[in-house]
Amino acid sequence: MAIEVRIPTILRTYTGGEKAVSGDGGSLSALIDDLEANHPGIKERLIEGGDLRRFVNIYINDEDVRFLGGLEAELSDGDQVVVLPAVAGGSRYALA
Amino acid sequence: MLTIDQATYDAIVAHAKRDHPVEACGMVAGPAGSDRAERFIEMVNAAGSPTFYEYDSTDLLELYKEMDDRDEEPVVVYHSHTATEAYPSVTDIKLASEPNAHYVLVSTREHGNNEGPVDFRSYRIVDGEVTEEEVSVVSTLTRSSS
Repeated sequence: MAIEVRIPTILRTYTGGEKAVSGDGGSLSALIDDLEANHPGIKERLIEGGDLRRFVNIYINDEDVRFLGGLEAELSDGDQVVVLPAVAGGSRYALA
Repeated sequence: MLTIDQATYDAIVAHAKRDHPVEACGMVAGPAGSDRAERFIEMVNAAGSPTFYEYDSTDLLELYKEMDDRDEEPVVVYHSHTATEAYPSVTDIKLASEPNAHYVLVSTREHGNNEGPVDFRSYRIVDGEVTEEEVSVVSTLTRSSS
């Protein structure tokens, strides 16, 4: 048993092009450490300063983890995790 | 080069004008690997801001699951700038996360909600590097147009 993690295009460089990988962990934090062990570099793209990056969304069984306790969100075998970068931007801090 | 059909082009411009002075945002999806901008999808700017846009996180998940089910990918990722030119901002560049997509910027600063031409420009944004590309507006997408 394991947890399926869907990887967005931009992070597939860390997974050898795989769209989904499997991981383990009783919490999101533990899962991310497990992913890092197998796909070095991926953790830094998800976490910054000990917390989830503002513009990366992670869902557990379709629920945004921000509503489930963030990195402390609990995980069980068979859960499905989806990682999606925010689609965001705008003219704020524009150069011109 | 971005090849886009007139109806989709018009829909993007209409959305930008309608939402002005708030930034409008959305996508045009197409079959994975095809580079064909086929399915226009208007998104809600959850930030509701004249200087920032962000898809709602629930909408974002639904959109990507739907594209996945249909074997689609984002071909165009568009948004408007309402007081500045149609060029990617530092924020746009930093947050661009679809290296295969055409990033379309529409500027409504000239005419706002009213009739009149808008700047409609397209870019590739890969690893923080912006490359502007030509926009070819066609009456309908044909097999050879992409």
